[in-house]
Amino acid sequence: MNNLSPSQRELRVALVGNPNSGKTALFNALTGSRQRVANYPGVTVERKEGAVTTPSGRRVRLLDLPGTYSLRARSPDEAVTRDVVLGRQAGETMPDLLVCVLDATNPRLALRLVLELKRTGRPLLLALNMFDIARHRGLEIDLDRLSAELGLPVVPSVAVRRGGTEALLARLDALAAARPAEEAPLSHAWSPPDAAELRAMQREADRILAAAVREPQRRDTLTSRLDAVLLHPVAGLLILLTVLFLMFQAVFSWAEPAMELIEGGFEALGSATDALLPETGALGLLRSFLHEGLISGVGSVLVFLPQILILFLFILLLEDFGYMARAAFLMDRIMGGAGLHGRAFIPLLSSFACAIPGIMATRVIDSRRDRLATILVAPLMTCSARIPVYTLIIGAFIPNRTVWGWVGLQGLVMFGLYAIGIVSALAMSFVFKRLLWRGTPTEPFMLELPDYKLPRLRNVLLGLWQRAKAFVRRAGTIILAMMIVVWFLSSVPRPPEGATEPAIEYSFAAMIGKAVEPVLAPVGFNWEISMALIPGMAAREVAVASLGTVYAVGSAEEEDQTELSQALAGKWSLATALAFLAWYVFAPQCVATLGVIRRETGSRAWVLLTFGYMLTLAYLAAFVTFQTASALGAG
Amino acid sequence: MSATIQLTIASTSPLPVRDLGAAPLGFRGRIRGIRAPGTGSLPAAELERRLLELGFVEGARVEILHQGLFGRDPIAIRVDGATIALRRREAGAILVEALD
Ligand SMILES: Nc1nc2c(ncn2[C@@H]2O[C@H](COP(=O)(O)OP(=O)(O)OP(=O)(O)O)[C@@H](O)[C@H]2O)c(=O)[nH]1
Ligand SMILES: [Mg+2]
Repeated sequence: MNNLSPSQRELRVALVGNPNSGKTALFNALTGSRQRVANYPGVTVERKEGAVTTPSGRRVRLLDLPGTYSLRARSPDEAVTRDVVLGRQAGETMPDLLVCVLDATNPRLALRLVLELKRTGRPLLLALNMFDIARHRGLEIDLDRLSAELGLPVVPSVAVRRGGTEALLARLDALAAARPAEEAPLSHAWSPPDAAELRAMQREADRILAAAVREPQRRDTLTSRLDAVLLHPVAGLLILLTVLFLMFQAVFSWAEPAMELIEGGFEALGSATDALLPETGALGLLRSFLHEGLISGVGSVLVFLPQILILFLFILLLEDFGYMARAAFLMDRIMGGAGLHGRAFIPLLSSFACAIPGIMATRVIDSRRDRLATILVAPLMTCSARIPVYTLIIGAFIPNRTVWGWVGLQGLVMFGLYAIGIVSALAMSFVFKRLLWRGTPTEPFMLELPDYKLPRLRNVLLGLWQRAKAFVRRAGTIILAMMIVVWFLSSVPRPPEGATEPAIEYSFAAMIGKAVEPVLAPVGFNWEISMALIPGMAAREVAVASLGTVYAVGSAEEEDQTELSQALAGKWSLATALAFLAWYVFAPQCVATLGVIRRETGSRAWVLLTFGYMLTLAYLAAFVTFQTASALGAG
Repeated sequence: MSATIQLTIASTSPLPVRDLGAAPLGFRGRIRGIRAPGTGSLPAAELERRLLELGFVEGARVEILHQGLFGRDPIAIRVDGATIALRRREAGAILVEALD
């Protein structure tokens, strides 16, 4: 028993409901948090906690949960919801109140869930969310009737408008004031409903709906019109391809001015530190550290911020608009052919941003085998950390001209690299299915297609801001730390008296690089690359930053050459550059991803498998690329 | 098994019953029963419950709104106010009678 008196203890409230009903949007509105909101089912896969202060000053602890159609959890994310609702979460009692969040424009399945939740005996409150859309569409909902039929309090809510949660807050206030003296029971003995019970509940829900809502089944006209085109068997697939293609073209062509601005800024910063400090002595070392270590290293990564933001802008717009579920629909058969679960599409598409959220998003997949297959191949999708690597090499080696009149060649190569990532992910999942899980039948694909919504500017800007912050934070922490090490290794020891080679040739960095070089020589990597790949194991961009530092230190004695891509164009052969790209399509150079795989699969074996197969593929791909290109005269 | 279902349904309704998995694009109908086969990756009872939880309950109106390019799969089904994507194989468990 808790020894706090009930009035001291905060009211504990959990948000439950169907996927995509707006739980997280409500959670953010109530708690001021910035959890991810998007227009497709399965965005939230973990429980999140926040605090609300009601109008009269009472504190309420709010839990946001993954959406579900029933308490019979079938996937890891739904199990989280079930465990919280039923009090099976270790060390926690059942919530004092369940706020059941319904999409007022699509209440049928949600009402059945409400009836199921009623059987747990916990106090329930219904929030009819998206009330703005319902009203706009002319849906007439009789709140009193609904409340009377269900025997539950019902409030309307609009999660995305100021003041849209007032009725809900007022209710929470009243309930917090009148909260029962006794503790919530620890847990609830619960048994999953059988088919007959499910039928009965849905019939009852349909009856209530018919009584309380007029025209509950009218379809959103905008959605039907758009789907006629976007889900057209042929046109739909072409549009999906075009959208992806435009995305990668935009990453290249739109970012140019902003990148030049950032580049110019770092160059000015470098010159400024050079001007401030003397060239020799201890301060000279500091000058080299600031300019070649920090500014060249970190700057060579930060320069890619605009490109990463453009990529995220596209993804955020597609997510908010409601296109993701459609893309999953269009791709289902292709994914299924590769042995992937239909719901694997959204996690894989999220992996374009970063494999970590992608791997987390696989929690919506019910079958463990399919989930593992998706986790194994998610790191092959081209994540945004590869953008700096790809862009650097493409910018240095691929001429900036247009082909077929309007397509940028650089963007085309970028698109090709993305395509290779996608194709190899599909191919590898096919192989894994064959090797590891032969003969297991494919799981069903069941996905609700939500109505389209106009992307909300605030949500998109907030999303971009969060990504920008995360990227800059990475540059300022892990990349910065690595650069300090790399600069140190490249500058120490100083060359002996009367040295003939450039100073860097005598450094630890060169020793390490030259030690690894023999292994990587068959794939065309010189010692600088070999060296950069080692810190690059931490994160992909680190390799770019390391190259930035190594070449900056190496060329410090020549005339000021700060631009890394120029340095590379002068020092690498085309075959080496292409091999480097091929390497990066596959190489498992991200500690954080491996950590998440460890956590999500619960076993080190899967991490080793991922690491091993990706490294093997990287070596093979780079080898074939280098040898072929050399044979064709690009060596 | 399926024959008995057909019989019981036939005795209450004059309309022919077919499975939704084989229905063409644009088909409109009403659900008459769920008859999950014991094959596939899910046990029959589990598939039946999942379909029920997505609103495929006897009496609900369905319409096939969209279908994919390859093998006309998957299909997007309008079920009483929600749009659900399914593969034809699972939709085959849903018995429907045509309307209109
Ligand atoms: N117009 C309008 N849009 C809303 C409202 N509430 C949520 N949305 C939008 O609905 C979509 C889904 O919202 P989420 O909060 O992500 O839904 P969720 O219930 O958390 O979804 P899952 O995490 O997948 O279970 C987003 O595009 C929101 O912007 C509302 O009250 N009005
Ligand atoms: Mg959510």
